[in-house]
Amino acid sequence: MKIQVLGTGCPKCKQLAEAAEDAARQLGVDYQLEKVTDINAIVGFGVMTTPALVVDGAVKVSGRVPSVEDLKKLLG
Amino acid sequence: MNWKQEWKTLAVLVIVFMVCFHLPVGSARFDGAVMESLHLVKWYAQEHVLLCLVPAFFIAGAIAVFVSQGSVMKYLGARANKVLAYGVASVSGSILAVCSCTVLPLFAGIYRMGAGLGPATTFLYSGPAINVLAIILTARVLGLELGIARAVGAVVFSIVIGLLMHFIFRREEIEKANVQMSLPEPEVDRPLWQNALYFASMIGILVFANWGRPEAEQGLWHTIYSAKWWITGGFALALGVMLAAWFGLKAWKVAVAALPPIGLAILFPHAPMIPFVAGVLGVSLITATSSGPTSEWFASSWGFAKQILPLLFFGVIVAGLLLGRPGHEGWIPSQWISAAVGGNSPAANFFASLAGALMYFATLTEVPILEGLIGSGMGKGPALALLLAGPALSLPNMLVIRSVMGGKKTIVFVSLVVVMATISGMIYGSLFA
Repeated sequence: MKIQVLGTGCPKCKQLAEAAEDAARQLGVDYQLEKVTDINAIVGFGVMTTPALVVDGAVKVSGRVPSVEDLKKLLG
Repeated sequence: MNWKQEWKTLAVLVIVFMVCFHLPVGSARFDGAVMESLHLVKWYAQEHVLLCLVPAFFIAGAIAVFVSQGSVMKYLGARANKVLAYGVASVSGSILAVCSCTVLPLFAGIYRMGAGLGPATTFLYSGPAINVLAIILTARVLGLELGIARAVGAVVFSIVIGLLMHFIFRREEIEKANVQMSLPEPEVDRPLWQNALYFASMIGILVFANWGRPEAEQGLWHTIYSAKWWITGGFALALGVMLAAWFGLKAWKVAVAALPPIGLAILFPHAPMIPFVAGVLGVSLITATSSGPTSEWFASSWGFAKQILPLLFFGVIVAGLLLGRPGHEGWIPSQWISAAVGGNSPAANFFASLAGALMYFATLTEVPILEGLIGSGMGKGPALALLLAGPALSLPNMLVIRSVMGGKKTIVFVSLVVVMATISGMIYGSLFA
């Protein structure tokens, strides 16, 4: 599964990336993590509030950092 | 040994050594500046952190968690009423962009997918300018007049600048991103009146805990001042009740958290800081250890504290070193400041505005820096000019804006900001000098 974390690099974006990786590892799935920091690319997903999480091309969360438990539900 | 890497370490070592070797310790001005810096840090810690910043962090955290972003962003979409879009864009910065890093994606989104260049620019300017924490600290440290002028100026300006940008570039059609704007999911909502009261109680605590001693010994202002801690306590009690009733916090937790402040208030009636701190610790403990909206609130507030306090600390040290406290000089002689930005001339306002636009101010650091400048002779007009141009712009941030809307529009935007900041400064300076 392709996990993309959208954000310009502030602490919340880093938290989301770490939490997403945590969740993916706990679920034991094969994943690829990409951090998207270019504003125009972020807008290209239709996202306006960062940090945001995109899984296999679909925007799952935007504007907040969900808990690892919630992330596991989104990724699983 | 890879000298391509090692030379950087060598350069840093050499520079630090040269600075230490030539440290002007012993010269009166330098020693004075160092002492001023320390005095200023102590003053901020004693006067502003506990009573002003801590409640402000809780308020900002609450805004970030409890105010529905989706309902605000509806007004900034592609099919939104254009007139309403400007109004919403000019004030929503305080709701949508409490974290400064979210301004740019939002700006790009409104520009490309939403209401367009005008409202997007309005938001771009007002977002950082209307920062809740900054306005609170400005009013507290630099005076209510300047705080209000800053807030009002930011809102009015942002609309004017947005409209001007829209007008100047009206003939350009930009290729709108053909993507559906993804709005944040709606959260479980409390009725608006409950949220409003909750905010009102926190604002009440902030306002009354910081109620200044008035000059006169009588009159309404003084009566309020004498009763300020009772009033603050009343609001705190109301907050506790609301948290238990509407926010899912267990009532016994609130009761237990309330005991230490009440007890300490009885034991130490002349040191209200002690029960205040106990109250803050109590709220933090019970919200951090409960599941549900209150723990998100605490996490958000704590996030702000972690992010902002180190920056503010650094800003105060630098401001103290360079500019000293009001009435005491730092490293930079006051004459230079009054010569450059004293009085209310167009040149002074313009210089302040330009310097503000180019300089980078981390959140809230503009306040101690401005305090130092005013204390060293900067006029009130130029001070407002700097406040209006400073936080919204900086050289690095202009580069990012350029990547979103192109060089030409960026130059126009920056020029508009500088010009309007200059004019506002001049108007304020002549009205309130």
